[in-house]
Amino acid sequence: MPSAVDLDTLLARHPRRPESLLQVLCDIQAVHNHIPADLAVQVAEALAIPLARVRGVIGFYSFLCSEPAGRFRLLFSDDITDRMAGSQALMSALCGRLWLEPGKVSEDGLVSVTTTSCIGMCDQGPALLANGWPITRLSPRRIDTIADLIRAEAPVADWPAEFFRVADHIRRRDRLLNSGPMVGAALAAGLARGPEGVIVQLERASLRGRGGAGFPTGRKWRACREAPGDARYVVGNADEGEPGTFKDRVLLTRHADLLFEGMTVCALAIGARQGFLYLRGEYRYLLEPLQAILAQRRAAGLLGAAIQGRAGFDFDIAIHLGAGAYICGEESALIESLEGKRGIPRNRPPFPVTHGYRQQPTVVDNVETFCAAALIALSGGDGYRAIGTEQSSGTKVLSVSGDCARPGIYEYPFGVTVRQVLTDCGATDSQAVQVGGPSGACIGADEFDRRLCFEDLASAGALVIFDGRRDLFEAAHNFTEFFARESCGFCTPCRVGTAMLQDIMAKIAAGHGTRHELDQIAQLARVLQQSAHCGLGHSACNPTLDMLKRFRPTFERRLKTLDFEPAFDLDGALARARAMTGRDDAGAHIRSEP
Amino acid sequence: MNSFTLDGTAIPFAPGQTVLQAALEAGRYIPHLCYHPEFKPHGSCKLCTVQANGRPAAACTLPAQAGLVIVSDSEEINGLRRTLVQMLFAEGNHFCPSCEKSGNCLLQALGYDLGVVTAGFRHFFPDRPVDASHPDIWLDFNRCILCELCVRASCEVDGKCVFALSGRGIDKHLVVNSLSGRLADSAIGLDDKAVSVCPVGAILKKRVGFAVPIGQRRFDIAPISAQALADAPRPAAIGDGA
Ligand SMILES: Cc1cc2nc3c(=O)[nH]c(=O)nc-3n(C[C@H](O)[C@H](O)[C@H](O)COP(=O)(O)O)c2cc1C
Ligand code: SF4
Ligand code: SF4
Ligand code: FES
Repeated sequence: MPSAVDLDTLLARHPRRPESLLQVLCDIQAVHNHIPADLAVQVAEALAIPLARVRGVIGFYSFLCSEPAGRFRLLFSDDITDRMAGSQALMSALCGRLWLEPGKVSEDGLVSVTTTSCIGMCDQGPALLANGWPITRLSPRRIDTIADLIRAEAPVADWPAEFFRVADHIRRRDRLLNSGPMVGAALAAGLARGPEGVIVQLERASLRGRGGAGFPTGRKWRACREAPGDARYVVGNADEGEPGTFKDRVLLTRHADLLFEGMTVCALAIGARQGFLYLRGEYRYLLEPLQAILAQRRAAGLLGAAIQGRAGFDFDIAIHLGAGAYICGEESALIESLEGKRGIPRNRPPFPVTHGYRQQPTVVDNVETFCAAALIALSGGDGYRAIGTEQSSGTKVLSVSGDCARPGIYEYPFGVTVRQVLTDCGATDSQAVQVGGPSGACIGADEFDRRLCFEDLASAGALVIFDGRRDLFEAAHNFTEFFARESCGFCTPCRVGTAMLQDIMAKIAAGHGTRHELDQIAQLARVLQQSAHCGLGHSACNPTLDMLKRFRPTFERRLKTLDFEPAFDLDGALARARAMTGRDDAGAHIRSEP
Repeated sequence: MNSFTLDGTAIPFAPGQTVLQAALEAGRYIPHLCYHPEFKPHGSCKLCTVQANGRPAAACTLPAQAGLVIVSDSEEINGLRRTLVQMLFAEGNHFCPSCEKSGNCLLQALGYDLGVVTAGFRHFFPDRPVDASHPDIWLDFNRCILCELCVRASCEVDGKCVFALSGRGIDKHLVVNSLSGRLADSAIGLDDKAVSVCPVGAILKKRVGFAVPIGQRRFDIAPISAQALADAPRPAAIGDGA
């Protein structure tokens, strides 16, 4: 184990330059379960980076740590769907069995158990990461076994294989999921069309980005192609951090060839020689399978020098790992992370299409966007345009989870109603659906005829379903915790505002809230929407506001009082003294003046 | 020359200038905190938020454009700024009466100038030990507002990179570049730009705290809105409106 792998071996896996910092740290973390102080110093020297900056990067990514986190580090996915499936009780049970406090490392340094943001297993939760490897379908029995394995100090690699089975759950297929293996056909078609021809087809297809914002892909590629620069880059965004979203995981598992083909077509169109796939750390288990596919593609002449025999068409793809930071899905933060730094969203303009990776023109697109682009390069834009709605052409791959009989992956033409999806996935008695994760919108039953498309409910396609049993305050509370945990901390409104919102929601949850707290939520929402630096901050209050608007009673039920606002409950503070002295007469009470 | 309007007045600008830079050069004040005329705009404090053609934007990073309609001095925007100042106060531990920087502090001065009269939010009271290790320089993390001016100054001007940021979200904090993590073991020097640039009482020179008595300090004499212009590079021709 640790001593067998020395730093030089780890360093040799990556180019010796500052951009490799995060990748080197991920490797060290994987070997040592933390970044030992002396190695941090050596890395700083080897990559010529100030030590404080190395420490700053370690401190930014939640999977990296400078203190040992236990030989077994278990991170429970804390998505609302995991909670609905009982993750909190299971975590307590595991901690109980291990005599452990959540978030603390055991005295003997053996194990730590805590939570992490959604790990993208919402259709098969509760789930956790054991030393980075996902375990799905947690049950009390699985928890018991895991406790035994840890106490027996059995290496995670030797744990039962079925623990680590990740199901694809593809429930409905359309164009994309029906496409066969893609080994060069779209690329050959793209070469025949030429760079301009490819972009024209994307424009005819009216393809829009699948990462959520829906930016026209053809326009993005064209802008990048036309931007002046010394080099151009293609980046596949596989950060998929939005809670409730897991469709990219399935695309990476089943259609990686299509993704890489789309990225290579993009390289052709914009004139790039280097591409990156930014793979979220939670999907680390997909790294080797993806590397194997890249190797096959190199062997088949689909990557490398003179691709498909075309002299001068040189392109390759490297996979970069994230390390537990939702904000790195935001494209400019992603680029910072690719450069080995803390994932802080940049000031824009300039945008990545002109000043991206190493300040050069860069296309960042979602995994699904590249897949669709490959299909369009192959079959042309007109047929694609014929599917979907006026402003949203083609199909969308949805991640469906929560209260339904058949959670999983559903592909529909754009414009499908929420109601249709609920019927198809076997959801009954649904009271609300969170569309697009915590950053999206919460809709009630009277809005189920709304359509999933850019004209109406625009999103990256996550649907989390809540049936009549659920208390939506719990969901809003979970979402505020998510944003506070994931705020990058760059700008004042989001750094402080998300923490305040979390504080307020905890206060309401504990039964100490008043109308004053509801007013403060509205005030924070205004400040975040108006002044936050990026989309995370802009949307951080949305779920709370949506749920307050549509399900206000679930909040008000918890308020101490609706009418006035005790800054401090004087009489309540005396309760313990009364109990201790056995008094309960008028003199032992303080009356608050209303 | 191209121009945009700021609260109804035309402001000329040179290509490449941001709205805040052009406004300051023209002798017009927009509240700001993490912006410093000698450094590239940072865009993190958001105190300089204005309405640009009706949409909120940070003036320090917003490229000036001909015809932009900027609203800065409105009740709505000043209300937003008051909340941001309250947030910065709530996040750290700012006990102005016992702070050596009082009267020279940009955060305090902004609070007064904007009329921040209440705490507004529950304060966090974080536990942040001070670093008193250096013989000549105090580093009091309790007052750090994370503007990164010292980080930028130490790298770009001093060529030392003594400071960096670590952590994320509300746990974001300043770290010192030395093996021990202490200031005494870093390369910092008393004359470093990183020391003088701190807008609040987080980085202080020892033993000179009360050389100028309270009551006679910079912002005791005139509010920040009347003085920030003095720091900005202002060609006289524009400044005088000639
Ligand atoms: C906070 C935040 C998180 C994001 N996370 C992701 C993500 O996980 N995956 C993704 O493809 N796009 C994400 N985006 C959107 C990207 O910034 C970017 O718009 C997208 O990758 C562009 O690709 P597309 O045009 O193909 O959608 C996120 C945006 C924000 C503001
Ligand atoms: S809005 Fe939040 S996530 Fe975005 S830059 Fe500001 S602190 Fe970071
Ligand atoms: S120490 Fe001062 S200059 Fe440095 S980040 Fe904190 S407040 Fe800004
Ligand atoms: S001065 Fe513009 S964001 Fe700080």
